[in-house]
Amino acid sequence: MAKQMAKDPQKTAVVTELQVIEGNALNIPMYQLLKEDGSVHKGAELPDISKELALKMFDTMQFIRVLDERMIAAQRQGRISFYLSSLGEEAAAIGSAAALKFEDMIMGQYREQGSLAFRGFTIEQFMNQLFSNAKDLGKGRQMPVHYGSAALNFMTISSPLGTQIPQAAGYAFGQKQSGDKTCTLCYFGEGAASEGDFHAGMNMAAVLKVPAIFFCRNNGYAISTPAAEQFAGDGIAPRAVGYGMKAIRVDGNDIFAVYKATQEARRLAVEENEPVLIEAMSYRMAGHSTSDDPTGYRSREEEEARRVREPMIRFRNWLVKQGWITEEEADAQQKAHKDTVLAALKEAEKVEVPNLDEIITDVYAEPTEALKTQLEELKAHIRKYPDAYPNTSGGVK
Amino acid sequence: MAKMNLLQAINSALDVAMAKNDKVSVFGEDVGHFGGVFRATSGLQEKYGRARCFNTPLVEQGIIGFANGLAAQGSLPVAEIQFGDYIFPAFDQIVNETAKFRYRSGNEFNVGGLTIRTPYGGGIHGGHYHSQSPEAYFAHTPGLKIVMPRNPYQAKGLLLSAIFDPNPVIFMEPKRLYRAAVGEVPEEEYTLPLGKAEVVQEGSDVTVIGWGAQVEVIERAVELAKKDGVSVEIIDLRSILPWDVDTVAKSVMKTGRAVVSQEAPHTMAFGSEVAATIQERCFLYLESPVMRASGIDTPYPLAHEKEYFSDHLKTYEAIKRSLNY
Repeated sequence: MAKQMAKDPQKTAVVTELQVIEGNALNIPMYQLLKEDGSVHKGAELPDISKELALKMFDTMQFIRVLDERMIAAQRQGRISFYLSSLGEEAAAIGSAAALKFEDMIMGQYREQGSLAFRGFTIEQFMNQLFSNAKDLGKGRQMPVHYGSAALNFMTISSPLGTQIPQAAGYAFGQKQSGDKTCTLCYFGEGAASEGDFHAGMNMAAVLKVPAIFFCRNNGYAISTPAAEQFAGDGIAPRAVGYGMKAIRVDGNDIFAVYKATQEARRLAVEENEPVLIEAMSYRMAGHSTSDDPTGYRSREEEEARRVREPMIRFRNWLVKQGWITEEEADAQQKAHKDTVLAALKEAEKVEVPNLDEIITDVYAEPTEALKTQLEELKAHIRKYPDAYPNTSGGVK
Repeated sequence: MAKMNLLQAINSALDVAMAKNDKVSVFGEDVGHFGGVFRATSGLQEKYGRARCFNTPLVEQGIIGFANGLAAQGSLPVAEIQFGDYIFPAFDQIVNETAKFRYRSGNEFNVGGLTIRTPYGGGIHGGHYHSQSPEAYFAHTPGLKIVMPRNPYQAKGLLLSAIFDPNPVIFMEPKRLYRAAVGEVPEEEYTLPLGKAEVVQEGSDVTVIGWGAQVEVIERAVELAKKDGVSVEIIDLRSILPWDVDTVAKSVMKTGRAVVSQEAPHTMAFGSEVAATIQERCFLYLESPVMRASGIDTPYPLAHEKEYFSDHLKTYEAIKRSLNY
């Protein structure tokens, strides 16, 4: 492969006829293997996936859909403060996570619970985070859905958008230096791709040739703002070319296409130190979060028209046709997830809040003297007014 | 007069400003047809068109950079940053550009027409990134004005002043009170002065100083102190840059005691500046050190929000520390 050099004006081709390159000169097609009904495109080559892996992907998908549905309801009931559903985007998250090695780092935005579940985050772990209780790995400090797990190589979520993109470049650079043949996959949305951090991260990744996969879930909406008001031109994928980076556009609702695209991106990243931008086309069937109502910014007709392209039906149809699962088995699996999720919810709800001492830990590696003093003052205050701080006063001796 | 909550008062101020001057425009993430995530800009796009009320791409540094350019061109942009916690990508544009535009050019150019609106503060189960009170970062930047209203009436009058003030203003809105605070607000135009504090309640034993949503917390604390027979003077700074030193000093020289109650973490919060200035101006009048009630020096937590919060009880205790020194 030719070594990429800085543009030498002496070597740039010269033309005497003025050329204006159109803003949509790159029209990148979308890679798709499964049609909406689950049948395979003629001539399409499915990825080499075992029955075991396919069923794990489907099971994770079913689990996430049940979890999302149940927790939206829990928020409506006032049992948790906030939730954010990944409805309709499960294939993008799960298909990409499945194509990675477990040792690869995942940096999420906040709608990739499917990837985390695929990695092995348990229902108890999900619930403990959602209820900000004493068993939450994040010590109850962040809003619901801000998961993270060092053991699962899944970086803890941060709300500010796009901040993980340059971080992914840096993390991947470290992986390259360590020589351990791993990569970083970084998720973000088409809205976050407008942030300055997107430019910074993409450019640095391309220049420094890091093993990173930038996985954009283009779900059509940033809260209420449709993609048409987010960017002009042909979406996110063509931007990679401007950075000298490889790009793939894939149907994010086709789990096999996502899997294969990510597999190839991983090969390029790890084997050739070529970062890759994947744009997965999907649709945010849910609201942005429990804090907004989509009827305020889009029509029911639009939602219905997009529903037919959702990812689970087509995967399920394929599995059934393949003879790897029956309709009855799939339904039973879903029912089992419902029971498990509800039981775990009830359990996590009962767990107390983290001990008050945790309020000052992790600000620094060790609490400062000033923080220890503030904690003692806080405890003295709570002892004086125990009724005003019912969640913690019992634990303050 | 009409009954309005704080959001409706903000919306009314924007409506009045846009009707009055067609150089006023409103933009930011989701502010268009949807009317903003809190609905502060509801109906403005329908009324004034997409050129004057519009969604921007999701990029805070872009929103403020764009707004700086638009203001330099002579317009009166009102740019919204969806949450104060997300203002930091725009920090460079605000601190190095907005604040210095006039000074660095010898007044050849300025962005005085710019107003930046952003919700701030906690008490809404928002965790680290939907709860912060970042005013002190900006108060360290000469060239900016910073305004933080406490209720709907104040919000409308101060926002109208901010929009037409010849200096760039950061207008920080207490989101905890967006719907909770309701009051009588004139439907027509009126203004309240920037840089002027207000004595919300007169008293003789101790002066308690706050701004924004914290004034409501102070009022609850003062109710407790009143039962102890303590007469408290409450001052709402309203503007923290520039801030009204004279009103505060005059009050403290009268009462001999001062307490600052603030939501932000203790160290280097704006109360530090208030306390330092009080000891410079009122040293011989002080009966006790200036006391502070603040958030503790940690990121804003979720599960322990109640414990972290600088609430009315902590403010009441600070008042007692001041009195019993």
